[in-house]
Amino acid sequence: MLLATAVVLLFFVSVLLGSYTVTLPDLFTIVANHLTGGAKIPGASFIVMENKLPRAVIGTLIGIAFGLAGALFQTMLRNPLASPDVIGISSGASAAAVVAIVVFGASGAMVSGAALAGALAVAALIYAMSTGKLRGTSRGNAAGNRLILAGVGIAAALQAMVSFLMARADIRTAADALVWLNGSLNSATWDRAGVLLLALAVLMPAAGVVAGPLRVLELGDDAAAGLGVRVNRARLALVVTAVSLAAVATAAAGPVSFVAFLAGPIARRFTGKASLPASALVGALIVLAADYFGANLAPLLLDGTVLPVGVITGALGAPFLLWLLVTANRKEA
Amino acid sequence: MAVLEACNLTLNYHQRSVVDGLSARIPEGRVTMIVGANACGKSTLLRGLTRLLKPAAGVVALDGRDIHSLPARELARTLGLLPQHPTAPDGITVRDLVGRGRYPHQGFFRSWSAKDDAAVQRALEATGTLELAGRDVDELSGGQRQRVWIAVALAQETEVLLLDEPTTFLDLAHQVEVLDLVTDLNRKRGTTVAIVLHDLNLAARYADNVIAMKDGAVAAMGAPEDVVTEELVREIFGLESRVMPDPVSGTPLIIPIGRHHVTANELELVP
Repeated sequence: MLLATAVVLLFFVSVLLGSYTVTLPDLFTIVANHLTGGAKIPGASFIVMENKLPRAVIGTLIGIAFGLAGALFQTMLRNPLASPDVIGISSGASAAAVVAIVVFGASGAMVSGAALAGALAVAALIYAMSTGKLRGTSRGNAAGNRLILAGVGIAAALQAMVSFLMARADIRTAADALVWLNGSLNSATWDRAGVLLLALAVLMPAAGVVAGPLRVLELGDDAAAGLGVRVNRARLALVVTAVSLAAVATAAAGPVSFVAFLAGPIARRFTGKASLPASALVGALIVLAADYFGANLAPLLLDGTVLPVGVITGALGAPFLLWLLVTANRKEA
Repeated sequence: MAVLEACNLTLNYHQRSVVDGLSARIPEGRVTMIVGANACGKSTLLRGLTRLLKPAAGVVALDGRDIHSLPARELARTLGLLPQHPTAPDGITVRDLVGRGRYPHQGFFRSWSAKDDAAVQRALEATGTLELAGRDVDELSGGQRQRVWIAVALAQETEVLLLDEPTTFLDLAHQVEVLDLVTDLNRKRGTTVAIVLHDLNLAARYADNVIAMKDGAVAAMGAPEDVVTEELVREIFGLESRVMPDPVSGTPLIIPIGRHHVTANELELVP
């Protein structure tokens, strides 16, 4: 409840305040008039409807998608490291997008489609590598750890490929591709928001359905099977749902790093236990806050440089990753 | 009541057959102990009796129906399993964990109900974990935790319950406590129980029926008084022993004979 209120609050803050300030009544007038075709407020209407509002909507939606995707992976594999950005699924999306832009000169929906395909391809590859021969014999966390290691390796390879392409691309293409490396809401449009909303309308209920078996899968594969879960089938459904969530979010705004990774553990601090809705809300909070900071506060500190949201979340996420690594190892010993 | 039966069951692990053409019956309403040396296939058999391992050949039947042809949840409402290494999610309370045992009784259109609450309550009471209900599972001792896991299996309310080495890592007092608890369950609810157990003496005391395994096959099957003999211990463990009536229960008590700490006249008797 508290989290939902915070998301709504932050949503309005990021629409209303900033380099261009709009009052709340003005906002309602603008939206109402936009919908009814009434008179526009010069300047404000354009900025709100074409920039601020779609930006906040996309920020909220990708936050929810990343948060859910991360929490699903982390819970399923019983490992906080197992989020789609750490195990290379986001890298798959961005590599595919960069290839589409640099090699094939694609743009718009084509690039998003490529990102989606890239994420799914990497997920399939990791899944095959980590289960393959040893399926059915995994005890405890062995399968999960293998999946994470496979993912980290693939992520590194993909990043090398992206660097190679970027180094050879001409400067304008490289600028287009750059958004796929950082993750940014600068190119937020209503078209993208619509696609994203449609995807989440399917994927959020799907997450609700797979959450049932997930509660039992947490007890270990054997216990879950004993309780009537078809383990491999349930896990496949979970992977597909989580990867799709991460992929559509990446396709909309690039790989906003570490949101999926941070949302679950932070949500757990709030609620005391792993919770999918809380993770989704925390994801939205992180993206909105980071974007607000990058777009409005960072320029004040950095002589007007606007930072893409992914830079901020990356800066937050990296120390947290280190902290988790240190404390996780201590706990297991 | 439900009868669980294996017929010509062959189970493979990494293409190697671990259980080979085994036929056995878990008699209903009784406590069956599956015993044998390390790597004799007893845990594998238990995995095959549930659906954790698909048979390479043969059939496992519950009331005459192949368990692999039944819907997973329907099977889980009749046949419960406590695996060897279940994991409790971080920060979960005892009551929440036990509630997850109700999973097979819930469905897409049937959410949590008063019936589930009642089943959880009964499971907590039966295992003496009611006063732990609000605690975090992480905070519990090994013995308490095992009682909680048994409560999870009880909440499932199955007619048949299989347990894979439920006393491992527990001290003697807690081993006895767990076996007493399972016996209560068998006597009060009439639950059919099958347990893979390491300790032959405890198995002989608590079993109505013993399945002794060697090299993936049944070496002997029947009441402990008839089955647990010096010959059997020699055959399945390769160990000399004396078997005498347990002064407490009258069941067979196995006293192993090693190379040391054995009186001279016993040593002479060893062939």
